Amino acid sequence: MDLRIDVAEHGDWSVLQIRGEIDIATAPRLREQLISLVNDQRYQLVVDMEAVEFIDSTGLGVLIGALKRVRAHDGDLQVVLTNTRILKVFEITQLDTIFRISPTLDAVVAG
Amino acid sequence: MTSPDAGVETEVELVELDLPAKPEVVAVARLVVGALAAADPMFSEDRAADLRLAVSEACTNAIQAQRSRSNGSTVIEPINLRFELTPGCIAVTVEDHGGGFDPGELTTHPNITDPERLHHEGGLGIPLLQFLTDDLEFKATEEGTVVAMTFLSRADDGFEH
Repeated sequence: MDLRIDVAEHGDWSVLQIRGEIDIATAPRLREQLISLVNDQRYQLVVDMEAVEFIDSTGLGVLIGALKRVRAHDGDLQVVLTNTRILKVFEITQLDTIFRISPTLDAVVAG
Repeated sequence: MTSPDAGVETEVELVELDLPAKPEVVAVARLVVGALAAADPMFSEDRAADLRLAVSEACTNAIQAQRSRSNGSTVIEPINLRFELTPGCIAVTVEDHGGGFDPGELTTHPNITDPERLHHEGGLGIPLLQFLTDDLEFKATEEGTVVAMTFLSRADDGFEH
């Protein structure tokens, strides 16, 4: 299963729309993309996971690393997600307590 | 193969496969265990998703351990997956040749709400395995580690949504 990442600007936010599965094979590409955005001084990031079919701890670790990087610049990384199976992974690991998770991109932008 | 169960012999189906210790094969392992769970009508789709996640975590650990031990060698031994299937129960072992692993010696990470936790990208796999499995055991072998996981079909997924 491949991973596809599309990046778009939405107001102050850089939105990464991710499709596919995030694991040890594909997570490095996500990490590179997130680091590239931070290097371009994009510190307000949204990871849209509506089309993500699978994520494990390797993928979660990448998101943790990205959150650390943007917070170092007073930025934020929020998640768009409604898939209950993916949400469950955030809940088990309690990452739903450190990432703001919204049902839609509009909800993120509306603050 | 059969196993005695209160005087009734229950057939145990075995599936074994060796996979190269490459990141790309973790998706294959997920596909296999997902198909095996789907073949047992007692396993719900949500429980099958638990198995896919747990096997992904165990294979990731095995591959990382094995590759870290390869020291640049061009020959990397495979990881071994073994599935024991009985109605309502799937036992999975994932064996690597990565030199051994003691979960008791894992680094303790700060609590998830501690800002210091953001300095650690790892440390989430074992808690996930503990949550998803009905029994979990790490066994040291001469060459590496066997992760033995048991999954029962659950009426619910043990989690309130």
